[in-house]
Amino acid sequence: MYNRAYRLAITVPPLLWVTLFLLVPYAILFAYSFWSVSEAQNIVRNWTSANYRELVSNPLYLQVLFRSMKIAGAVTVLALLLGYPLAYFLSFHATKWKSAGYQLVIIPLWVSYLVRAYAWKTILGSTGVLNTLLIYLHVVSEPINWLLYSPVAVVLTLTHIYTPFVFLPIYASLEHIPRSLLEASHDLGATPAKTFWKVVLPLSLPGVIAGATFAFVLSLGDFLAPLLVGGPNGIMISNIVYSVFGAAYNWPLGAAVSFCMLLFVLVLLQLTERLEKRWSFA
Amino acid sequence: MTENAALSSSPPKAQPLLSIRSVAKSFGSRQVLSGISLEVAASEFLTILGESGSGKTTLLRLVAGFESPDAGEIWMDGERLDLLPPYRRRVNTVFQQYALFPHLSVFENVAYGLRVRRMKKGDVTPRVEEALAMVKMESFAGAAPAKLSGGQQQRVALARALVNRPRLLLLDEPLSALDANLRKQMQGELQSLQREVGISFVFVTHDQQEAMALSDRVALLRAGRLEQVATPRDIYQRPATAYVASFIGQTNLLRCTVTRGEAHWGALHWRCGASDGPATLSLRPECIRPAPASPPRDSVVFQARVTGREFQGASEYLKLTLASGETLTVRVLGEHATASQWGFVAGDAVLVAEHE
Repeated sequence: MYNRAYRLAITVPPLLWVTLFLLVPYAILFAYSFWSVSEAQNIVRNWTSANYRELVSNPLYLQVLFRSMKIAGAVTVLALLLGYPLAYFLSFHATKWKSAGYQLVIIPLWVSYLVRAYAWKTILGSTGVLNTLLIYLHVVSEPINWLLYSPVAVVLTLTHIYTPFVFLPIYASLEHIPRSLLEASHDLGATPAKTFWKVVLPLSLPGVIAGATFAFVLSLGDFLAPLLVGGPNGIMISNIVYSVFGAAYNWPLGAAVSFCMLLFVLVLLQLTERLEKRWSFA
Repeated sequence: MTENAALSSSPPKAQPLLSIRSVAKSFGSRQVLSGISLEVAASEFLTILGESGSGKTTLLRLVAGFESPDAGEIWMDGERLDLLPPYRRRVNTVFQQYALFPHLSVFENVAYGLRVRRMKKGDVTPRVEEALAMVKMESFAGAAPAKLSGGQQQRVALARALVNRPRLLLLDEPLSALDANLRKQMQGELQSLQREVGISFVFVTHDQQEAMALSDRVALLRAGRLEQVATPRDIYQRPATAYVASFIGQTNLLRCTVTRGEAHWGALHWRCGASDGPATLSLRPECIRPAPASPPRDSVVFQARVTGREFQGASEYLKLTLASGETLTVRVLGEHATASQWGFVAGDAVLVAEHE
């Protein structure tokens, strides 16, 4: 029913935006991934699949990709273990503190990512808050050195940063469950525990899937946390992309790594979206 | 002729199934129920009737176990019910919006109560099929609840509750979401289903016609207190209070003065058992008739002008204005409804309040 001018006005700007700032760069990236670099560090625009062959043959890339997935997987599991009970408690049992609790989860999102990641440096360092406390309490006599600059530190930092992203969709899906369904379940003889497993959990799965996807995809591509707290053993795939583009000045290889990541994430998003739809009963 | 109507609750015979004793409930500072005592006999169809906000749903939720009373006790079958959590009560509920589990098929919805009580797998299927057949929904066993119409969801909700063979079924305005025709049909089905299974039904509604049509007894709730508990016939013919008389059906409430056993209302008077003083009588519109040529000797005869009409099909409501200025509503059959001035005979008026 809207007139032509109005329809153009609302559709053209976003289309233009997506084309200019997403599709065109992706196309350029894709093209780069089939080019190469000369001895003199010039981009050679000859089509070759050498970059992709390098990715498969050099174990470094697969190793780091595998580690990135392990870290992202651990973050996802930890964030779910923290985020789900919190969302469940706030949605079903908190009365007075419901909105206050919700705000407390949201507020960290307003603080710069960098600050929050940096905070873990001061907590986990050998003269950091945690070690000082442990020594003070005589739990250990020497500071624990493997806390900082390790995959563990990356997992902790990313879990802290991405738990709100897991919490929010789960909380939303829990809030959408009609409370009469819980009453119906109790009425039919199910204890609260059975009601959780048979009614609440299945109906909150779309939120769980959305939250897990957020945590996994965002962690997988994270760059700052491994840089700040990861150390040499905590390097992730984005750090590889960074160093290949920067220090090594091999844009075509960097483009190939990026493109593989992009493809992997897009396939993952497709899968989780399907799963989410399968479990939606709006 | 006046009949004295006390709170005419005919007590259910033998041991009652459900016994609600002096129950009170408030939410914050709002008193929702007070001094509720009510018994439900085995195989009885009892309706809790009341306006919205009268506390009827709260009363039902107290029996189901979703709320606990502030005072009083609820007993079922010689067992204290109000101390048990809802999942330990042999009571099932049909919810107002049905509350079917959206992620389970019709079959699994009905099987839910059996499965959570760990019934053997082989026994579940025949029981569920039997329950679905009872509500004529066996061909929808595999369907998702969202694909069903309101009436079909209603039937599934009934089957889901009845499959557990509760001693008592609670129904919270289950028909209010249906359109008028389907409602009538479901009323009939509910009634025959209740007779078939012999389970006591406690049915909550705000619709007095529904209450009258379905129930063995009606409990009328007003602002958290029981106004009257009686059979539909008694509650209509012998309302205990002016509120009952005007809530159930239509009536003329006459504010009269009683002197020496006679209630005076304008120029008219009835014999009345009340003590002297002001009183309120209820005179049903169908108790007033056009006067025959020679009215019976001790009947109340009067002249009135017809000042308003409301056509109803088989009958017609007329607004009468008496010479002294008072108005009455009368229900006459179609063929009488032509003249504009008539003589009328007023029949039984029921005393509904003394010294108001």
